[in-house]
Amino acid sequence: MTAGSAKALALPLAVLATFELWARATHLQSDSLAPPSDIVVALFGAFADLSILAATRDTLFSAFAGLAIGTIIGLAFGIAFGISDTLNRLMEVTVEAIRPIPSIALLPIALIALGFGYRMEIVIVAFACVWPILILSRAAVRSIEPRLMEVARALRLPPAQRVWKIIIPAALPRIFVAFRLSAGIALIVAVTVEIAINPLGLGAGIMLAQQALRPDLMLAYLVWIGAIGYALNVLLVVAQNRLFGRAALSGADR
Amino acid sequence: MNRAAILWRVASFAVAASFVGLWQLIANLKLVSPVFLPGPDRAWAALVRGFSSGDLWSKLAGTLEHMAYGWLLASIAGIAIGAIIGSSRTMRTYVAPSLEFLRPLPVSAIIPVAIAMLGLTQAMALFVISFGAIWPIMLATIHGFAAVEPRLYEVARSLQMSRLAVIFKIALPSASPDILAGMRLSLTVALILSVVCEILAGLDGLGHWVLLSARAFRSADLFAGVILLGVTGYVTSVAMSLAEHKLLAWQAAQR
Repeated sequence: MTAGSAKALALPLAVLATFELWARATHLQSDSLAPPSDIVVALFGAFADLSILAATRDTLFSAFAGLAIGTIIGLAFGIAFGISDTLNRLMEVTVEAIRPIPSIALLPIALIALGFGYRMEIVIVAFACVWPILILSRAAVRSIEPRLMEVARALRLPPAQRVWKIIIPAALPRIFVAFRLSAGIALIVAVTVEIAINPLGLGAGIMLAQQALRPDLMLAYLVWIGAIGYALNVLLVVAQNRLFGRAALSGADR
Repeated sequence: MNRAAILWRVASFAVAASFVGLWQLIANLKLVSPVFLPGPDRAWAALVRGFSSGDLWSKLAGTLEHMAYGWLLASIAGIAIGAIIGSSRTMRTYVAPSLEFLRPLPVSAIIPVAIAMLGLTQAMALFVISFGAIWPIMLATIHGFAAVEPRLYEVARSLQMSRLAVIFKIALPSASPDILAGMRLSLTVALILSVVCEILAGLDGLGHWVLLSARAFRSADLFAGVILLGVTGYVTSVAMSLAEHKLLAWQAAQR
């Protein structure tokens, strides 16, 4: 272990140890807090009876299904708006009118139209994921080296081939950055929908643990949700570096 | 704006209007059951009715209040904590990695914990909203402080400025673009979490309004609430952009 990571770990370990000692010393009786050792035990318990794994599957299924739908829709519009300035200008007011609606505000509409379950969650996640992908892929397509487009014209590529062979490969690194952002959003929105209303997945699991006055289990869910968010982020950053290396950096800070 | 730009705007509004027309047509032909989809005429009527009876005003005020308090608290705390961490290298090496680890946590997961601690109260909503909104501001402040031109710090040292003076006279102004960008991101987070808290805790606000309307299948009221939330999101982000522009005018002039 390097000195850097030791320093990074010092604070969380100190906090956990202090909390554990304090909870043991005061014989903590609480509906909202539990000593770290109990949280670990609860987490193992939830793994042993598979409840947390089933909840994880439900949440990730909804998040990824919504992400996939949102990506396809966002990409289609983003590329179309990026290629055609006319279309982009004509749609500007419509896009700017719909985009600021907070995704979670659609929850009641999705609820009466689709009822509880996967479908309403997927729709809301997809709505939330469309916008970052649309905006960033539009910007990516616009910033494609103009000479590449000239080559496409000189080769007389038909529009479909132009999109498939020139535009998508050239814009892909930055589109992947947008995808990474959206994946984080998808997980957040999925968990939020479950906490707010949908009796499904990790969000419902943590709410149930809270209502059952099981702070150890509730905090175990919190730790697990955090770990999934962290793992997803690390996975996508590694994938981005592997696949695109420096190419993605040009768009990463936007 | 020149003439071509105005024409494009008009055309763009016309396209948006035709989408509303299409929505009206779908509603009139009952292609989608009116229980789920009211026409724009009914949604508009519900908006007017809600505002004239004062119901929607109080709900809108409730949501804005939750959002504003949480966001302001997050801004103050986020900039203060960010400044403390960002201005000290020791703090940065020990604390920043933990913050980076916590950042991808879906903030709404803190809601059950907040409910367990504080109950279904205004205090819970305030805690959740400011907890969610603090991250972008705090991380932006740390980043902004760490990225201050090192020569400015050297100037401060040779002028023997105190640490507080360095923070207020050098670091905060030079980190302000980062901080303001973080505050803009947080505004959206605050709006979303306000709605979620209102839905969960039944606090007076638009979130509660849309949920009640949905439960009672009053779809026109529901759409009126959603439209109003969209307007809220739009107006607050435009206001923030204007404020950003004003506050950063000195930097633009410098370049």
